[in-house]
Amino acid sequence: MKEKIQEFRQYNNLFTELVRKGIKLKYRRSYLGIVWSMIEPLLTMIVLTVVFGTLLGHKEKAFPVYILAGRLLYSLFSQSTTAALKSIRKNEAMIKKVYVPKYLYPLSDVVFNYILFAISLIVLFVVSLVLGVYPTLRTLLAVIPLIVLFALSLGVGMILSTIGVFFRDMEYLWNVGLMLVMYTCAIFYYPDKILSSGVRWILSCNPLFCVISCFRDCVFGRPMNAEMLLYATGFALVTLVIGSIAFEKNQNRFILYI
Amino acid sequence: MSEEIIRLSDVGMRFNLSTEKVDSLKEYFIKMMKRELRFNEFWALRHITFSVEKGDRVGILGLNGAGKSTLMKVIAGVFRPTEGEVVKQGVLAPMIELGAGFDMQYTGEENIFLYGAVLGHSRKYMEEKYDEIVAFSELGKFIHVPLKNYSSGMKSRLGFSIATAVSPDVLILDEVLSVGDAKFKKKSEAKLVSMMNTGVTVLFVSHNLEQVRRICNKAMILDHGEIKHFGPIKEVADIYEEMTK
Repeated sequence: MKEKIQEFRQYNNLFTELVRKGIKLKYRRSYLGIVWSMIEPLLTMIVLTVVFGTLLGHKEKAFPVYILAGRLLYSLFSQSTTAALKSIRKNEAMIKKVYVPKYLYPLSDVVFNYILFAISLIVLFVVSLVLGVYPTLRTLLAVIPLIVLFALSLGVGMILSTIGVFFRDMEYLWNVGLMLVMYTCAIFYYPDKILSSGVRWILSCNPLFCVISCFRDCVFGRPMNAEMLLYATGFALVTLVIGSIAFEKNQNRFILYI
Repeated sequence: MSEEIIRLSDVGMRFNLSTEKVDSLKEYFIKMMKRELRFNEFWALRHITFSVEKGDRVGILGLNGAGKSTLMKVIAGVFRPTEGEVVKQGVLAPMIELGAGFDMQYTGEENIFLYGAVLGHSRKYMEEKYDEIVAFSELGKFIHVPLKNYSSGMKSRLGFSIATAVSPDVLILDEVLSVGDAKFKKKSEAKLVSMMNTGVTVLFVSHNLEQVRRICNKAMILDHGEIKHFGPIKEVADIYEEMTK
């Protein structure tokens, strides 16, 4: 354990460099650069509001805030887990030539996506103000689901990055998996009808749905659903533990498979 | 003077050469069902025991496939040996392939900091070394150009400049002096010699026997993953010359 901490200190700088690289390269050679991390969710929000607002007849003024909150959290989860899944393969040139603690790759991928996500939260804040959803003391509690979201993304990311080394198919499987996650996250519809019906489990089993739901409660100044928060936190911790153990156990074999 | 800096005891490295590469889930299950998951075991290194003292310059000789690069990677920590133990001290600068860890979209400047971090150095330390690296690499204004536009010579010049600027205790050179033009080759060899005078330990893999004779004071001949000879350069180089005749 002591060795691990010492190693992390030594490679702390590499971790920062990898995160920096992720952020720098994401929008390199685009004219607007990092501003895209704010414009892109804004534009998607408008499209989704127009499509689903008319289609499902949601005419409430705050519907865009509802959509944006869900969309932002979902896209962080999907982008960071997909990046983590490919992270070992993407860095194979480095892994094959020098010793580097390998967990830095999935970790830095999740962290850099999280930083961009944090920037895009500014958009949510502005849109909320414009549409009359004013922050209250409860809004501050949004930090809790956001921390759970980080743990969940990292945990799932570690599991996926381990599997991804041995089975390339995982990339395609995960795309399908993410689609399932997306539709059971209630991003662009209200979940009340499903939640009060017999198939409630379809949504409430999805930890990401629980995180999004709690986050929305904070944004709209409502108390969080304790059951959902507990479930999501538990789920995130379990994936984090499984992910770390699986990664640690297999990392020395990675090199033989990439 | 005899301070051990690297010690390998009974190191072996085994690879599973699967006859067909199984890397999809479907294939794996089908093969498992049909019990076709067979591996050909292959020992790339076996019973490797030797130690290197501080300041030694060891040349590693051997034909293609003798296990030279695998040995370097085991020492660098890229491979964890299947059996045996590797003990090392001090800062190691592996140059197994120059510019491993370079990012093609990054500029030369950004890559200096990235590669420095890969080798375990702080940003501050790299900032101090920055001018020296740029000067030695002779890249001039190309340092602000993305690496994908570099020629392979430019890339290896940059890699060499970074790896040697950081004053390591052990330098692992795997066929790296054969790149670059004659002028840079001469310059890099001079740089290595000046580093050796400060007491750096060198592990040098090369097919250029003459260069090995010039640089090293000890040498080793590897054959099929085992050490055939290990001793003073003159003896071993003569044996190797005889072998390859």
